Amino acid sequence: MLVINRYKCGYCGACVGVCPATALELVETWLEVDDSCVGCGICTKICPLGALELTEEVEA
Amino acid sequence: MKCDMVVVGAGPAGSMAAKTAADEGLDVVLLEKRQEIGDPVRCAEGVSKAALAKMVEPDPSWIAAEVKGARIYAPDGTSFVMTEDRAGSEVGYVLERKVFDRMLAMKAAEAGAKVMVKTRALGLLEENGVPTGITALHIGEKMEIEAPLIIGADGVESKVGRWAGIDTVLKPQDIEVGAQFLVQDVKIDGEYCEFFLGNEIAPGGYIWAFPKGKNLANLGIGIQGSRSDPGMALRLLQRFLKEHMPQAKILEMMAGGVPVSGPIESTTSDGVMLVGDAARQSDPITGGGIINAMRTGVMAGEVAAELVPQGDLSREALKIYEDRWRDTIGKRIGRNYSVKELFVTLTDSDLNGLVHSLGGEDVANLELKNLLKLLAKQNPRLLWKLRHLIR
Repeated sequence: MLVINRYKCGYCGACVGVCPATALELVETWLEVDDSCVGCGICTKICPLGALELTEEVEA
Repeated sequence: MKCDMVVVGAGPAGSMAAKTAADEGLDVVLLEKRQEIGDPVRCAEGVSKAALAKMVEPDPSWIAAEVKGARIYAPDGTSFVMTEDRAGSEVGYVLERKVFDRMLAMKAAEAGAKVMVKTRALGLLEENGVPTGITALHIGEKMEIEAPLIIGADGVESKVGRWAGIDTVLKPQDIEVGAQFLVQDVKIDGEYCEFFLGNEIAPGGYIWAFPKGKNLANLGIGIQGSRSDPGMALRLLQRFLKEHMPQAKILEMMAGGVPVSGPIESTTSDGVMLVGDAARQSDPITGGGIINAMRTGVMAGEVAAELVPQGDLSREALKIYEDRWRDTIGKRIGRNYSVKELFVTLTDSDLNGLVHSLGGEDVANLELKNLLKLLAKQNPRLLWKLRHLIR
C-alpha cells in the first residue's frame, strides 16, 4: 500500500498528475489516497521530496 | 446554484477564463479549492514582459523584479547571456504569484464572476451522459452547481478532464518535478535569470535562479520524472545550494510538478474545456506556463461567450476552442516538445560544446532554429534527430 509521509509532503500535486488510477487527490495541504490505488509506484519515483513509499503489507 | 459556466481553479487560466466570459455577460462561478488564492506557490514566477503586458497592465504590487535577460550556464560553468533588448521588449518579470493570482481573481470578480474559495469540485453532475454541472464541497458542505459549461483549470493535479473522459495522465517522462527555495544571499545578482544545465546538476531539466529583489532569488530545480528517484529533486537542489551559495539563507520552500507533454490528444468533451496546466499547455522546454494559461483561459472564455447563448456545447461545437489554441500555442509547444525530447538526450559534453561555440555568436538575436543549426553543425550525430526542427 501507498504510505504518505506528511512531514515530508510538499503538497505540490505532481503525484496526482501522474497517477494512472486517479487514486490520489490533493486537498489543500492534505494528500489523499483511495482504494483504487494499484500500487504501481510511479508517484513514489517522481515525488520531488520523497514523501511517498510503497510498503508490502496489505490494508486490513 | 445555477450559472452559465463554472470554472474549477482560480489560477491564471481559470481567472482569465472567468473574467473574459463574465465581461461578455455570462453568469460565471469561479471555484478555488484552497482557502487562499495563489498560496502556496508552486512556480519559479518568471514571465515574459511583453507577452504579459498584452493581457494585463503591469503593477508594481505583483512584480518582484525585472530582469535584463537570461544567463545560461553549461555544466562546466561556461555561460552566455541572452538579452532581448535588440529583439524587442521581451525582458522578463519575476512575479509575486501570491499577489498576482489574487489580482487576476479580483479582475474576474470585478467583471461579475462569483468567486468561491475553499470550494473543491468533487465530480460531474450528468444527465443522459452529458455533464450538467458539478458537485462540490464548500467549506465542508456538499453543494451542486448546475452549469451547461465546465472549465477545468485545476492545474497539474487536474481531475475535471479525467471525470469527463479526457486522458490527461502524465507519463513520468512528460512531467518535470521540482523543488524551490526562496533564498537570501549577497551573491545574488539581480540582473539576469540564471539557468544551470547538466545531467549531474538536473537530469533532463535545469536549476534556475530567478531574482526577486535585493539579494533574494527563487532557486529551484526541475528534473525529468522518468529520471527521478524518490526525493531526488530536493537532494540535488540542496547539493547545488551547498556548493554554489553556502552562505545562503532559506526563507521559503516549495515543491511542484510541471507538464512537459506537448499538446495532448483532446482538451474538450461535451460541456467541458480544459485550460492551462490542466490541459498540459505549459512549454515543454522552459516549463513556463503562466502566459499560455492566461491566453488559453481567454480563448476558452471567448468561446464560452459565443456558444453558451446558442446552447450547443457539444464536443463538436467546442472544437472552435481546440482549433484556436492548437493553431497558436499548440504549434509552439508541439515543436518545443520535439526540442525537449532532443535536449534531454544531450550529454554534458554536448552541452559544454554548444555553449563554447556560442562564444563568438551574437546571441542577442539568436533564434531557437539557429541554436539548433549550430548544435547540428557541431555534433553531426545529432543532425538526424534535428532534421525536422531546422528545416
